[in-house]
Amino acid sequence: MSTQVRIGFIPLVDCAPLVALHEIGFAREEGLEIALSRETSWSNVRDKLAVRLYDAAHLLAPMALATNLCLAGPRAEVVAPYVLNLNGDVICASARLLERMAADGFEGPEAMLEAIRRDALDRPVVIGVPFFFSTHHYLVRYWLASAGIDPDRQVRVEVIPPSLMADAVRSGVVDGFCVGEPWGSVAVDAGLASIVLPGRAVWAAAPEKVLGLRRDWVEERRDDLHRLLRALYRASMWVADPGNRTILSELLASDRYVDAPAEVIERALSGSLTLTPRGAQARVDRFMVFHAASATFPWRSQALWFHGQMARWGHLAASPGSTAIACRTFAPDLYREALAAVATDLPGANSKLEGALEAPTPAASLRGRLFLGPDRFCDGAVFDPDEVA
Amino acid sequence: MVRALMKIVVIDLQPERARMISAALGDAGFPDVVALAETDNLLDRLAQIDPDAVLIDLEAPSRDMLEQMFELSRRIKRPVAMFVDESDSASIAAAVEAGVGAYVVNGLHRERIKPVLDLAISRFNAFSRLNTELETTRAALAERKLVDRAKGILMKMKGIDEEEAYKILRRTAMNQNRKIGDIARSVVTAAEILN
Repeated sequence: MSTQVRIGFIPLVDCAPLVALHEIGFAREEGLEIALSRETSWSNVRDKLAVRLYDAAHLLAPMALATNLCLAGPRAEVVAPYVLNLNGDVICASARLLERMAADGFEGPEAMLEAIRRDALDRPVVIGVPFFFSTHHYLVRYWLASAGIDPDRQVRVEVIPPSLMADAVRSGVVDGFCVGEPWGSVAVDAGLASIVLPGRAVWAAAPEKVLGLRRDWVEERRDDLHRLLRALYRASMWVADPGNRTILSELLASDRYVDAPAEVIERALSGSLTLTPRGAQARVDRFMVFHAASATFPWRSQALWFHGQMARWGHLAASPGSTAIACRTFAPDLYREALAAVATDLPGANSKLEGALEAPTPAASLRGRLFLGPDRFCDGAVFDPDEVA
Repeated sequence: MVRALMKIVVIDLQPERARMISAALGDAGFPDVVALAETDNLLDRLAQIDPDAVLIDLEAPSRDMLEQMFELSRRIKRPVAMFVDESDSASIAAAVEAGVGAYVVNGLHRERIKPVLDLAISRFNAFSRLNTELETTRAALAERKLVDRAKGILMKMKGIDEEEAYKILRRTAMNQNRKIGDIARSVVTAAEILN
């Protein structure tokens, strides 16, 4: 008899590895039966994982940290042994805001920044993000700050569930937003907003969602964890294969999963985006990465970067204790343990410089075949985890 | 010591259930309850009301917005947090399972919030039981109507009596290993197309 693993997810293109795990049969090959539950809020996903209604969850990377740092939700220790994807968010501006700026000759990201600097709407620009402790929130803050804008004073940040982002633009609740696909493209197609910047332009290798599990589950069911991660690794490879995009986008389009048109979902998978309601096209390299080099490896330096950003904005009082908790949250040891025999290669270290690479670069690894992808920040800064740890 | 009244906000997409909970809280000695449906200015309303506790339907997408508000409230005088009592993780689990979340002002004693939470849990559970029963009854009634229509069609077309018509439907369902309601639907659909 196979073991059941209950997983909660939010309708977004990056739930793809979890859907493939179940639908394409990778879990079954490992003797696991996956029960996927679609949720209406990130808080629900987090709480149901904490109170054992789920065994695993599609989690925003900073959520795992916030839970362990006791910043939100019920007490539970969560571990993230696997990164589901890098990137995949878009920063958008409402048609209203862009129109206002076009008259002055501004377009694209500069139009949005300039509108914020000038209070173009005679009030602070409101920016929607899907969750307080989200990759999106910290990317937006990083981007604004790098352009000399104080995100606590010059804009107002509002939390809006991803699938309701277009409605929030329509009703004038937000003037811009950062959201995971397909919800940016859905707003573009509705003529409400334009994509001004892919998230990867802020950080070229931002860990977006992780697989979150409770520490006690991981300890008690080590063999199931290994099977789950092995199946997930194969699911990620399948999801990343361009040959599977058509089938995958049809699967995700179902109302059981993302419930959005397949064609719109395929844009995120291929990186061929429609930027404006008028149909301007762009090809974004590494727009959403599911499996390349070490994309799914949970680097401790990534957790420390988020920890640093949370402290920077006063969302956390940093201490040696909080740094240690952040380090423990991402679990490269579990990744190695489960995937040593399956992964083509494994990095030699658990931590790296973040933001140092312009192009794919060979890295120290077990079999000497590992390349790290580009990971630059928009301001060119390099984050050295050794300086905080 | 005179116990100050606890002000409670109930955020629920189902007005019926919100009324049920408000009434039950009133009976239990918590008369100061405001029920809110989801609106764009939910946070403004909450700021105005300034409740001691908030109960929210976990199916409400606005839950993540509330979390943000509570995050920001950490820096003001009345910080609000999700009801988390480490000595009582079972009741948090029961609440989440029932589909209700509770947020309380920091410093509110657990003896005061526990009865409110227990009551919300029992009402949420009762409501979902009620809904399941209602759904089952509704489905059974709909199927019976469909079978009646199919019987009528067969009686007219084949010139047979009701009992014979029912036997045909039942036999077909058994042979095809399908539900009698499915067969009845096929008969009705076919008749509509052929007419």
